[in-house]
Amino acid sequence: MYRYDQYDQSIVDARVEDFRDQVARRMSGAMSEDEFKPLRLMNGLYLQLHAYMLRVAIPYGTLDGRQMRMLGHIARKYDRGYGHFTTRQNLQFNWIELKDTPDILAELATVEMHAIQTSGNCIRNISSDQYAGAAADEATDPRPWAELLRQWSSFHPEFTYLPRKFKIAVIASDDDRAAMRLHDIGLQIVRNEAGEIGFKVYVGGGMGRTPMVGPLIRDFVSTADFLSYMEACLRVYNRYGRRDNIYKARIKILVHEIGADEYRRQVEEEFLHVKTLGLDPPAGEFERIAAFFAPPAWDRGLSDELDLSDPDFKLWVDQNVAAHKQPGYAIATISLKPIGGIPGDASAEQMELMADLAERYSFDELRVTHAQNIVLPHVRKADLYALWQALAGAGLGTANLDLISDIIACPGLDYCSLANARSIPLAQKIAERFASLDRQRDLGELKLKISGCINACGHHHAGHIGILGVDRKGTENYQLLLGGSGAEDASLGRITGPGFDEDGVVDAIERTVEKYRTVRLSGERFLDTYRRVGFEPFKEAIYG
Amino acid sequence: MKIATGNDLATGDVLWWDGEGWTRHVEDAVDVGETGTSLIAREEAARRVNVPYIIDAEMTDHGPRPAHIKDRIRARGPTVRLDLNRTPIDPATGSWVI
Amino acid sequence: MDDALRFRDDSAHEEPAVTLDAFLGQTNATAVRLESDEDARALIPHLDRLALIEVAFPSFRDGRGYSSARILREAGYTGELRAAGNVLVDQIAHMRRCGFDAFAPEKPLDPAAVERALGRYAFPYQKAADGRAPVWALRHG
Repeated sequence: MYRYDQYDQSIVDARVEDFRDQVARRMSGAMSEDEFKPLRLMNGLYLQLHAYMLRVAIPYGTLDGRQMRMLGHIARKYDRGYGHFTTRQNLQFNWIELKDTPDILAELATVEMHAIQTSGNCIRNISSDQYAGAAADEATDPRPWAELLRQWSSFHPEFTYLPRKFKIAVIASDDDRAAMRLHDIGLQIVRNEAGEIGFKVYVGGGMGRTPMVGPLIRDFVSTADFLSYMEACLRVYNRYGRRDNIYKARIKILVHEIGADEYRRQVEEEFLHVKTLGLDPPAGEFERIAAFFAPPAWDRGLSDELDLSDPDFKLWVDQNVAAHKQPGYAIATISLKPIGGIPGDASAEQMELMADLAERYSFDELRVTHAQNIVLPHVRKADLYALWQALAGAGLGTANLDLISDIIACPGLDYCSLANARSIPLAQKIAERFASLDRQRDLGELKLKISGCINACGHHHAGHIGILGVDRKGTENYQLLLGGSGAEDASLGRITGPGFDEDGVVDAIERTVEKYRTVRLSGERFLDTYRRVGFEPFKEAIYG
Repeated sequence: MKIATGNDLATGDVLWWDGEGWTRHVEDAVDVGETGTSLIAREEAARRVNVPYIIDAEMTDHGPRPAHIKDRIRARGPTVRLDLNRTPIDPATGSWVI
Repeated sequence: MDDALRFRDDSAHEEPAVTLDAFLGQTNATAVRLESDEDARALIPHLDRLALIEVAFPSFRDGRGYSSARILREAGYTGELRAAGNVLVDQIAHMRRCGFDAFAPEKPLDPAAVERALGRYAFPYQKAADGRAPVWALRHG
């Protein structure tokens, strides 16, 4: 994975001192909260329900054991012993004190980590496919391009005060494992007929109040034009995105209001101009970055045989282990969704264990997924059993990847000042209702996503079953949505009808999945059955 | 009743106006009545509190109970991590938040 | 104007800035003020007439002026390019990189803080309007 050179390190170190200075000015009263807020947000520091919350960047979800261990150290030293992995592949600490943040950032900088632009109206963490470098279906590893984008977008002087936040995802396969179509800019790396690498560019996807699937703006941008084209996309947004209404300020609103054709026209015009400025780095810079993502030194001649005589191990392999492009290897997902646990949370001890396991079994590499789990991308099949035993002993061995208890849930009203309802207790109740692994496996792939407010950090619009928490006259209420998808078959969930209280929505989900079971055809996932039979039979089953 | 709340600038701790200063214990919060707005403006200007605001609450045997669940969660801590909550006045008041 | 907030060798332009509409209507104005929602490209045919362009920042959160500045520098404008309004010391460095060489903030800025802000980041990641070599150029010579 990428390693900082003196320039990268100097930039992160300068940022720490810059922020130290800003904190000192805030603490002395030289700067008001109003002036400080956008600056602290640009450094991922929120003021939440209980304390400050710090969102640490994990660029394109990739980190090594040393970095994961540092996150555990920060959790212990400055927080309450745990952290929360997010739907943008970052990590949140919930109990941070402002006065400690410069020191926290300084410690993170010693392991090439930071919290730069994890909030604020700027370009956020570039997200990517958690199976990058391991999946057989990718055109190339997308992460060197994500790193190129990270550097281009960091402290970009023109795009630091955008109308609103800006999220970019880059993948390199037809299967979309990163919800790419639901980003402000979604990129798919493809090969053209000549075998050359280029980018399919989608602009204007997003969730929140007005969810949209991003339309295709250009079906092939060459690597030589790539950053100039991105510059043009952002410049048009910075100039013409709405600034009159915070709920209409994302690029998806601009693209929707002027139309994808007009947006494309403006971008192409700006691109022709920007291209003359020489902003694109030379090919040598990409090659320098790409060298850090060369495949690990695979062991050759490994067996693909697995002893599955231990039934619990077999369940975990069936559910949480995916095929690797290299013979003898596998991709293992560590579930952070134990039944009754808090989705996406990991204790400092668990972080340290995952760091050890990555070093021992996965060429010292881990990935954070947008579904709030952790991936060890390069595990020898021969090591899977020992790995699983170690995970199971630490509450990290739940065999539920993509099953109904593998819930995406935002922190919700337990933690977040923006929330209208709690999401975690609901996730716990649902997981407990469906705790039986036999029942879960019978239901099959069922992506359930919960957001505690319309900001949709839990991606509820993209859930096969989605839940939105609302405030109904001072009490928590939950709307149920069906039929969303964040994959390459992207679709937005449909609200079923009147909302429910917490127990009511769990019962409604039970009726929904029972309906699925009664009408499904062999081999159909819940989402397939829903798309085949339509909304009405499910509405009928839920409301009677 | 109306009570004033805010955060400690340096630590982010949730604070409540107790009549003389800012406390971390909601049970000591006092009714600020109609003077709340000017009070919090004065306190914020003096940098004794960060981003203060006024909320509704009802007086109970255990002190003020904020009217909105969000403020009750702010007062106590996450409902899903009771081990990280402020010391409960009475362990039986689990229903105080919800 | 405070010298610390002007980064040019020539002397300050005396003539007051007129509005964009007025500028486009007159033939002898040499200074113009561009509001945050006005199109910088409207000035491109007239750059040789201009000694001062003032770009308004009604709120420091309104980032349109950064694009306006770069567009004007990209079009070859070499006169004074001034950021006016809600400009805080934390925006100065980015504004310089976008081509601003003068500042008229509503609230006075501490010159020492400005100097610190400008010297903080030795290496920019991107090429911008200030002519500084981006990191990728330093890496590859």
